[in-house]
Amino acid sequence: MPKRSYRAAINDAIRLEMERDPNVVLIGEDVRGGSGGSAGDVEAYGGVMGVTKGLWTKFGSDRVIDTPITESAIVGMAAGAAMTGLRPIAEIMFLDFFGVCYDMLYNQAAKFRYMFGGKARTPLVVRGMMGAGLSAAAQHSQAPYNVFTAVAGLKVVVPSNPYDAKGLLITAIRDDDPVVFCEHKLLYGLSGEVPDGAYTIPFGEANYTREGEHVTVIALSAMVPRANAVADRLRAEGISVEVVDPRTTSPLDEEGILESVAHTGRVVIVDESAARVGIAHDISAMIADQGFRDLRAPIKLVVPPHTPVPFSPPLEKAWMPSEARIEAAIRTVLKDQ
Amino acid sequence: MTTDTAWPTAAASLCSSLSEAQLLAAYRRMTLIRAFEERLHIENTTGDVPGFVHLYAGQEAIAVGVCEHLADSDYIGSTHRGHGHCIAKGCDLHGMMGEIFGRATGVCGGKGGSMHIADLERGMLGANAIVGGAAPLATGAALTHKTKRTGGVAVSFTGDGGSNQGLVFEAMNMAVVLKLPVLFVFENNGYGEGTGADYAVGSGSIAKRAAGFGMPAVRVDGTDFFAVHAAAQDAIARARAGLGPSTIEAVALRYYGHFEGDPMAYRAADEVANLRAQVDPLKLFRAAVGGAGLRRVSDAALDAFDVEATASVDAAVKAARAAPFPGLETLETDVYVSL
Repeated sequence: MPKRSYRAAINDAIRLEMERDPNVVLIGEDVRGGSGGSAGDVEAYGGVMGVTKGLWTKFGSDRVIDTPITESAIVGMAAGAAMTGLRPIAEIMFLDFFGVCYDMLYNQAAKFRYMFGGKARTPLVVRGMMGAGLSAAAQHSQAPYNVFTAVAGLKVVVPSNPYDAKGLLITAIRDDDPVVFCEHKLLYGLSGEVPDGAYTIPFGEANYTREGEHVTVIALSAMVPRANAVADRLRAEGISVEVVDPRTTSPLDEEGILESVAHTGRVVIVDESAARVGIAHDISAMIADQGFRDLRAPIKLVVPPHTPVPFSPPLEKAWMPSEARIEAAIRTVLKDQ
Repeated sequence: MTTDTAWPTAAASLCSSLSEAQLLAAYRRMTLIRAFEERLHIENTTGDVPGFVHLYAGQEAIAVGVCEHLADSDYIGSTHRGHGHCIAKGCDLHGMMGEIFGRATGVCGGKGGSMHIADLERGMLGANAIVGGAAPLATGAALTHKTKRTGGVAVSFTGDGGSNQGLVFEAMNMAVVLKLPVLFVFENNGYGEGTGADYAVGSGSIAKRAAGFGMPAVRVDGTDFFAVHAAAQDAIARARAGLGPSTIEAVALRYYGHFEGDPMAYRAADEVANLRAQVDPLKLFRAAVGGAGLRRVSDAALDAFDVEATASVDAAVKAARAAPFPGLETLETDVYVSL
């Protein structure tokens, strides 16, 4: 199977779906880059991380639409276009910027179908990068998927590897509901096996990235490779770790999670989103509610401190859930007999 | 690019291009909106209308003057004060009234209410309870028309209050940059909730501010159907021709409070009574086209529409009151298309 980066896998998914369906359009600031500059008609950026590179050259300005820096109008226009027959992919460069355009997701796109009695379809994908690790500081490093997950009407995707990124993005583009697709910026360079053609991965199906007997580690997005690394290391000590990647936080594969909990009886949840009211807390509450009798030890959460994301590398490193903290949490839950 | 039309405009000269059938159709919708809102004003006092209701009475000439140019395939986005836009765009009266009463027969099954009436088949993208919310959405509907090369247009209805919202500015700039077939209509009824537009609109003129975005913008008398109709005709023709967006600021009157139950302490005691006596869009229309005006349409024909409107609304209220509330089995449906 060919190898592709997470970045290339996302590009591949968008290209394939734009080839397949003329109603798919890409909207955002610098998704092409170079519109209107003195250099003339060029493709300068293809997104600041190069994720959408080459798409303008292939599909032209009618379908790869550079916009001003205007997030409310990007998401709002995409929502209005989605409910009238296009399938827009709107890029909010850094998902932190949802702060300036949240109304168009929170009060509009997410609620159309319910408010309008089931008559609206809003096949909208809002995608962007998230997460700490590049010293991008407090306004370019957050992982706010917990906020989107709290909103009924939105679907939320947090892919952790190139294969999943491509399959889940194709599913997102073909889905008739609004989807927030959260790309972790630390993963763009990650390489993995990715088939050439189009394929879909259903939402709400967790992936067991490691199978194990002693403890379940539930991890999301960039936390998954960290959990995998810890699992691989501890195997030498005879500690068998199961790593569960939910892949989508809305819908959430409760059954898939509970099955692993029932199997191991011990749970660590690794979540970068928030110290309070994050996905770790949500999943923990779900397990307490539905799987309490399967637990042999208290659930342990590995989450950041309740602070903005710091800039300075040592501070940021300490802020992010690390392999060391994951390992320590595993050892803690294994102590209880 | 801004022009201030005289107020009141010479309606007679503007209406001469309309056929008798067009004049009758326009009046029929305007009087239906009036009858709908006057009746809701009464129904609301019974306590049987849940939640908030915002009445459109006094602004009928704007919704109708614009929507008479639109087909079902054209889109509009509306406001919390949306009943007039819905009727002007052809939404079903029974579906609307059922929705306002929170019944299963409502156009949204009782899940939306007065502030979220939508009928996508009629190109009505929803009343919108977020002030200014329609502007980006209508801009998106215009993007659909442009991308699919349909020749269709979209209209964003907003008020003087919405004119100050940042997302409206963003939508206007986006529409200019992408040359989208969208019309921004600002109904300046003098008040954003309880605050005067003379206080809250820093530039004084919404149209002049819109012109600053690089689009044609006119200020018209929003009580004068013909002034609105003529301005909308130009703007919509321009949009259909691929020449991009326009703005109309329609200066209007709000006969009632921001919401039903609003004591209107911010308005002088005699303001509304004086306005109603002096300026009524329906009377203005009748004076222009009826016996005292061009004699294009008989007063009897217009009177018949008044009677018909009252009867239609009465039937809708009776039907809504008799209709069942939504079954609890619908509580968790319609959140997603698929899960």
